[in-house]
Amino acid sequence: MDRSANQNPSKRPADLLLLGSVFFIAVMVVTGFAAPWISPYAPGGLQQERILEPPTWSHWMGTDGLGRDLLTRVLYGARVSITVGLGTALMALGIGTAYGLISGFKGGALDNYMMRVVDIFYSLPDMLMFILLSLLFGRNIVGLLVALGLVTWVRFARIARGQVLQAKEFAYIEGARAMGASRRRILARHILPNIVGPIIVTLTFSIPAAILAESTLSFIGLGINDPYSSWGTSWGTLAQDGWRAMRTYPHVIFFPAAAIFFTILAFNTVGNWLRDFLDPRGK
Amino acid sequence: MALFVSRRFLHGLVVLWVVATLTFVLLRLAPGGPFDRERRLPPEVLANIEAKYHLDEPLTRQYLRYVTAALRGDLGPSYKYLDRGVNEIIRETLPVSAHLGILAICFALLVSLPLGTLAAYFRESWIDRCCLLGAAMGISLPHFILGAVLIWAFALQLGWFQAGRWDTLGSAILPTMTLGAAPAAYLTALIRSTLLETLGADFIRTARAKGLRETVVVLKHGLTHALVPVLTVMGPLTAALLTGSFVVEYVFAIPGMGRFFITAVTDRDYPLIMGVTLVYTALLVGANFLVDLLYGYVDPRIRTG
Repeated sequence: MDRSANQNPSKRPADLLLLGSVFFIAVMVVTGFAAPWISPYAPGGLQQERILEPPTWSHWMGTDGLGRDLLTRVLYGARVSITVGLGTALMALGIGTAYGLISGFKGGALDNYMMRVVDIFYSLPDMLMFILLSLLFGRNIVGLLVALGLVTWVRFARIARGQVLQAKEFAYIEGARAMGASRRRILARHILPNIVGPIIVTLTFSIPAAILAESTLSFIGLGINDPYSSWGTSWGTLAQDGWRAMRTYPHVIFFPAAAIFFTILAFNTVGNWLRDFLDPRGK
Repeated sequence: MALFVSRRFLHGLVVLWVVATLTFVLLRLAPGGPFDRERRLPPEVLANIEAKYHLDEPLTRQYLRYVTAALRGDLGPSYKYLDRGVNEIIRETLPVSAHLGILAICFALLVSLPLGTLAAYFRESWIDRCCLLGAAMGISLPHFILGAVLIWAFALQLGWFQAGRWDTLGSAILPTMTLGAAPAAYLTALIRSTLLETLGADFIRTARAKGLRETVVVLKHGLTHALVPVLTVMGPLTAALLTGSFVVEYVFAIPGMGRFFITAVTDRDYPLIMGVTLVYTALLVGANFLVDLLYGYVDPRIRTG
């Protein structure tokens, strides 16, 4: 059929969405981590005379039930969400890729057993396992990050293995082997660079998935439980605070919810673009 | 085929066993116990309770006791609900969750089949753009946010529905939409892309060349072919529905299994947590098993290979 419609992906209106997404992520990261210097308010700064105020010039997102500036809390929350998202993704990447590389590269019976383990992990109800693991590792940022990483690494393992199996068939690998390159060298110099693309795509999609899981858990009260943390409160917890007062003070849930939604949307948009960019066949 | 079926079945059993063991170990390792209260119970009372629930036995004995009972279909007593066992709680709550899940799947299919088809057929048109944008947003929208938005708009502002009830069909509309939105978005994008591919295939050109009506070409020849990938994602989709159902049940105060799981986790109600986890896993494994069977039936390469 006509291929012309698909030919020039760089001239599409979707690019605006992509640029917006990259910009949004950048703003979130910068303002989130620079929140203590940007915001004139302390995240726990109670102002008893300014409880549940709607947005004003001095409080752009209004104040919450204890008179804390909501924008400040959302910015500190960005730091929590980005840390959980990125941390989880990197941890899953580390475990999963190493596992998949070994499995795919060694092949044979070992590969068979290792992939059977992955199959089983794949069939587990991940949210439940995540909740149970977070009980073990503690309901704080690091605990949740580790629990999430232990649930999601299998995705990387499958992809890494699949890519290795594909790459092993390439003629230049055979060439390298014929020239007497060691296995370690083949793995590091020839196979790893080849599988980076799909891994980066998976990494990009893991970040919003982790942010979603963490904020959902915090919303239902099983997530980060660290009410006095000066480092920041999860967006999910902020949304939960707003949820209770939604009827009369919708702004308290609106801003954290919008932050969660746009962050996830932005990461997904970047992920989609990366996938199409790195593998044009999929389009 | 028999080998394929039995192998998948065995895999399902192994998964269930792994989940039972993992849950048991994780719960015992995690700090805090079911009878930790603000005010500590007198040691004699605690000893009595622990003896009643066999918590004073060595862990291996407890594990064996649990597994053998579970094999007989007995999931044990609940530590929190003294008048009901875990079996009874699940018997009461599973139908509610299943009802919600089935409604959500129907909703997702009803939305995604026409939208995905339209988007593929009129590709690059405004319909297509809207569908793609909607799908991207639907995939990124967490259940609790969509639920909150729907409750705020339709229950609090417009007053069309009452949130937090589960009796009439009307009370199921908002939860169904909340749970079904993400699958609907995902399926729309999937149907669109597979149908796009199919519509470019040779047999579609042949069908057109035969002079078949356009609706027959697209719906009968195109869509039926494009539905095979939909079948393959039904497994992951069931998983997504199961996870989503907790949050939706929490947000809409629906008396389903997920809500009991959440309270059971806070209460450290070991048998209830394990029971619900096992039932969820069984549902998931069952769905995957069915999908495997159907897929093996549709595509012979799978079962023989």
